[in-house]
Amino acid sequence: MTTTRIGLRQRLGPAREFLRGHQSLSITFGMAIAAVVLPLIVLIPPFNGFGTQKDFVGGFADAGVFVLLAIGLNVVVGLAGLLDLGYAAFFAIGAYTMAYGASGYSGLDTPFWIMIVVGAFVAAVFGLLLGAPTLRLRGDYLAIVTLGFGEIVPLVFLNADTYTNGTNGITGIAQPSLYGLAGINGFGFTNPWPYYITVLLIITIATMLVYRLQDSRLGRAWVALREDELAAASMGINTVSTKLLAFAIGASTAGLAGVFYSAKLASITPQQFEFQVSFTALAMVVLGGMGNTWGVILGAFIVYEIQSQGLHQLDAFAKSLHAPPISLGPITLDLSTINFINYQYLLFGLALVLMMLLRPEGLFPSRRRREELHEAAAEVEATAADAVSQT
Amino acid sequence: MAIDFGRWRGPIVVAGFLLAAYALMVVSAGAQAQDQFINALTIGAVYALIALGYTMVYGIIELINFAHGEIFMCGSFVSWWLLTTLGFTGAIGDPLVLGGVLVLTFITAMVVMGIVGVVIERVAYRPLRNAPRLAPLITAIGMSFILQNIVFVTISNSIVTIPQILPNTALTFGPIAIRQINLFVIVLALGLMVALQVFVRRTTLGRAMRSTAMDREAAQLMGVDINSTIALTFFIGSALAGAAGVVQGLYFGVTHFQIGFQAGLKAFTAAVLGGIGNTTGAAIGGFVIGFIEVLASSFGYGRWSEAAVFGTLILVLIFRPTGILGQQLADRA
Repeated sequence: MTTTRIGLRQRLGPAREFLRGHQSLSITFGMAIAAVVLPLIVLIPPFNGFGTQKDFVGGFADAGVFVLLAIGLNVVVGLAGLLDLGYAAFFAIGAYTMAYGASGYSGLDTPFWIMIVVGAFVAAVFGLLLGAPTLRLRGDYLAIVTLGFGEIVPLVFLNADTYTNGTNGITGIAQPSLYGLAGINGFGFTNPWPYYITVLLIITIATMLVYRLQDSRLGRAWVALREDELAAASMGINTVSTKLLAFAIGASTAGLAGVFYSAKLASITPQQFEFQVSFTALAMVVLGGMGNTWGVILGAFIVYEIQSQGLHQLDAFAKSLHAPPISLGPITLDLSTINFINYQYLLFGLALVLMMLLRPEGLFPSRRRREELHEAAAEVEATAADAVSQT
Repeated sequence: MAIDFGRWRGPIVVAGFLLAAYALMVVSAGAQAQDQFINALTIGAVYALIALGYTMVYGIIELINFAHGEIFMCGSFVSWWLLTTLGFTGAIGDPLVLGGVLVLTFITAMVVMGIVGVVIERVAYRPLRNAPRLAPLITAIGMSFILQNIVFVTISNSIVTIPQILPNTALTFGPIAIRQINLFVIVLALGLMVALQVFVRRTTLGRAMRSTAMDREAAQLMGVDINSTIALTFFIGSALAGAAGVVQGLYFGVTHFQIGFQAGLKAFTAAVLGGIGNTTGAAIGGFVIGFIEVLASSFGYGRWSEAAVFGTLILVLIFRPTGILGQQLADRA
């Protein structure tokens, strides 16, 4: 077994080398494969029993929104090591920017393609406004300030009803338009394909940018800060502006995701941006592997599909079994009455705790992050061993 | 005959704050000013009780225990469970029975939640004590969701009514009329706070807690059992939050699986306001938050009261991260 493995590795050597050297190319290549394979997989059993291909493609486009959120949050949490618990706020800001830029409510009709940039910019500005004063504080204060911010933003959208239509939200948001270009079928509720392609393009570009950032001077500064803030500062890294950039880049990605989300749904309400969204995005990042962009993309996709498809199918499956209720003393276990969808956040919570305890580097770890997260434990062991050897 | 202002500064500031708050309530609520004032004190007492647990835990292991708000929520569900199991539906007339039931409810909720707090520390925080800072913060937020959703899937996803066992009668002291429940809550909260202060300042275990907070390794060298001291801190903090949960039930008569999140955030604001790690500060901060919230609604901005509290949190962290009473813990990076 081992010999063939090494042999394969050697044979693939040049290809691996090439792909590693041309990261953007390999990202494009990978995304293109995913773009073709995903809609085909759902045509084979058992997936074809769960819904039509169209439903699945629409679902993948929604998953893309969360993938984008996870990519952005990963820059903040995974690369720079800052815990942002109010990430949904920037998502909301992007979504409402789109709603103001192009909807019957505001009377404006700015093209979606311009709003993507505007939304990302507005969210980044809010990121800077929140980050500038608070990033000077130590890490856990940032967590609580972002948590507070994440609570305030939906509250403002809810309560400032003169400007936001309150709890009813904004409806009639314009859908993207290609202006009859290339004769492609337009974006619409009945045609999810253009959304699917668009979100994949956005994800591809975002991933390329993040990988390039990661290998840049700024990316190395993030890693240095995350590993040892004091040492990084004494090596001449401006800690505040470095953190601020991570924060703003993360916020702009969320803003971008918000613009797409709002254009796809065509109507948004403040309730869509509550803490659960931030929490889900965090779970995606932690499960995927903090600091590893492709791992996080995969993690986000899996978590989203579990949330939107997996639990529903499990529910249907459990009911289809018609299993008789099992009596365990005072507790009766009846599969057909359990609503598995209700358990999703319990599962995410458990997943977060278990991951941090057992595999803090995530399911698809980045090598560097794994070493870092195990370093502390190794140090403790080393000192213990030291103490033993001295006695 | 110079007055020693150093010593009296605290009480003067507190009295000044209370007077100013009362004046604002007279302006905004007129004849209802007194009720509003008592209401603010009562709500503040709840926040103060929760804030104490936050500040104690932060003081000793420098961790924001996000699950703390959920401990408060679970406390209210313990009281609901106990009171409905015992078959009470409304006010209890007999003072002896009432007293017995109150003591039983508080002790049950405090002990149960104290144990839950210790278990959470043991399972989710202790193994990560030497891990990077991000790790325990993430398990804390995970724990918070676990507790919330355990209640959600096992008990109820909607508002749960808790029997209000205290009679809704007012007691009058001269010009002051105060409902029994308000008086009870305020006195109880102050009593628990004083007991905590005495415990922390005067007992051996309290001294162990203070020394662990100050320098864990040095304390260990002096023979303090660090693990059990931290567990004790979690027990006391969680028991106080459990007591706050019972008060929530007695005062508002309702609870919900999601109340812990916002209450926790407000209590954390209180803890930061008072200077995190500082128990007196947390208690004062709790009352300040109570007043901010009640004042916001008495000026007709009730919908904005939460935004006002979180806005306060952000402003305090920006301009005075050490809190009003000041603490050396909040170092600037």
